[in-house]
Amino acid sequence: MTVLDYSRSLEQISEDLRVDGRGCEDYRCVEVETDVVSNTSGSARVKLGHTDILVGVKAEMGTPKLEKPDEGYLEFFVDCSANATPEFEGRGGDDLGTEIANTLYRIFNNKSSVDLKSLCISPREHCWILYVDVLLLECDGNLFDTICIAVKAALFNTRIPRVRVLEDEEGSKDIELSDDPYDCIRLSVENVPCIVTLCKIGYRHVVDATLQEEACSLASLLVSVTSTGVVTCMRKVGKGSLDPESIFEMMETGKRVGKVLHASLQSVLHKEESLGPKRQKVGFLG
Amino acid sequence: MAMEMRLPVARKPLSESVGRDTKKHLVVPGDTITTDTGFMRGHGTYMGEEKLIASVAGSVERVNKLICVKALKTRYNGEVGDIVVGRITEVQQKRWKVETNSRLDSVLLLSSMNLPGGELRRRSAEDELAMRGFLQEGDLISAEVQAVFSDGAVSLHTRSLKYGKLGQGVLVQVSPSLVKRQKTHFHDLPCGASVILGNNGFIWIYPTPEHKEEGAGGFAADLETEGVRVSTEASLRTSSCLLLAMKWNWGALWSPGRTLRVPAAEAPSFLPSLAVSG
Repeated sequence: MTVLDYSRSLEQISEDLRVDGRGCEDYRCVEVETDVVSNTSGSARVKLGHTDILVGVKAEMGTPKLEKPDEGYLEFFVDCSANATPEFEGRGGDDLGTEIANTLYRIFNNKSSVDLKSLCISPREHCWILYVDVLLLECDGNLFDTICIAVKAALFNTRIPRVRVLEDEEGSKDIELSDDPYDCIRLSVENVPCIVTLCKIGYRHVVDATLQEEACSLASLLVSVTSTGVVTCMRKVGKGSLDPESIFEMMETGKRVGKVLHASLQSVLHKEESLGPKRQKVGFLG
Repeated sequence: MAMEMRLPVARKPLSESVGRDTKKHLVVPGDTITTDTGFMRGHGTYMGEEKLIASVAGSVERVNKLICVKALKTRYNGEVGDIVVGRITEVQQKRWKVETNSRLDSVLLLSSMNLPGGELRRRSAEDELAMRGFLQEGDLISAEVQAVFSDGAVSLHTRSLKYGKLGQGVLVQVSPSLVKRQKTHFHDLPCGASVILGNNGFIWIYPTPEHKEEGAGGFAADLETEGVRVSTEASLRTSSCLLLAMKWNWGALWSPGRTLRVPAAEAPSFLPSLAVSG
């Protein structure tokens, strides 16, 4: 971006007008589709402008962690595909992938995001481990927001088979899977948070920055917000500095925008579910 | 604040909805063009296994016995007389290096540029030292191609008042194959935006200035923002339309008979409803 482009974007943003005509708090159009990968317990694909994310959730049985014997847990893995940008070729995308995975661990590292006790089968012995795999297909700015939306949609779509623990006379336990393939338990995603990234450009901050806008911004704030407006985690990225007043303003904007984001996502997910098995699946070749 | 979320909808392939008289024969690398051996092979093709195979992705052009494939996405190849929009990447001793989306950086010599005030004299050492005052790294300029070196690098000049440093506006980058060579590349749209169609695929859209500045040679970059919101919106809307046109209709821009209609300023939303005629 030239000096002139940068100053022009500063002036325009001060008037609430961005290069593509959006206001400072407007998102680009989001497309959400769940159940796109057939051999997972749940999956979702989210497109925000040109950013394309695919998330698959697989539920596997394992032993609970020692410090939390009556809970299951989630494991995140982020793969930056070389299709997204040439910089991700070979091991180029590993750093970004680890950073995103660590952010996801931090967001979900509290008691209320996902009800982990419901993932327990028998304490200290068996529990469900949800392996959440995120694949970056295309990158056009605002990765964290899109990934969180996709993770929430995939968890909403996850169906974990219902199991029963049978104990026989000698005390050895046997796990029985129910015969009906559609007998599943679903997770409640009411409290799963979503990230809102606010990039500071000039004197104002913008929501949902494109790649060009991210190149102009020296500092960003990632705010993780639940559907009721509660902030679960906050992180600052970028080489620039932010003063405390801006941080406060950006947090307030994040809370406001986050609530609307959750409401829209809930309505789309319920709408998709109400269409039932007859809905037309678009998938990857549409 | 606006937030639109929706379910995806399968997109209809464009060839069904847009009627074309002459269907373009599009190929990708590895496609067989013809098995007839009577043709001469041109650029973008090679002979393999007794048939003509394409080596680039593009449309097949046939002139009598010569078959070539014109690639859709190419680098800019300069011709004398082309108008280009470029970005300064380096300031060297007596010249500037300009990035124009070609294989080599283009060159703008200090002697090919007008001095302020329109003086005609030899450039001195003081002029060399003052080069950064005229154009810095990152500036955008419009210029014309003066000559093409033997290695393909292009030499530019701004020896006219209509060329020079560009001020406020939006840059849209398209493939150079989409911009046809025409009599004039500077257009004023009725919606309040003006457009410079660079032959190298860089298109500059800016708000139409109310009065034409004279004598400055175009080096005073206008950073004023008062009263330009309407025309700024017009130029942003034009750039969105252009990006949509490029994405969905791989036809040439601004060929005679084809006009790009930009929706009126009263339209409430920025999602442009595009009408491409011709």
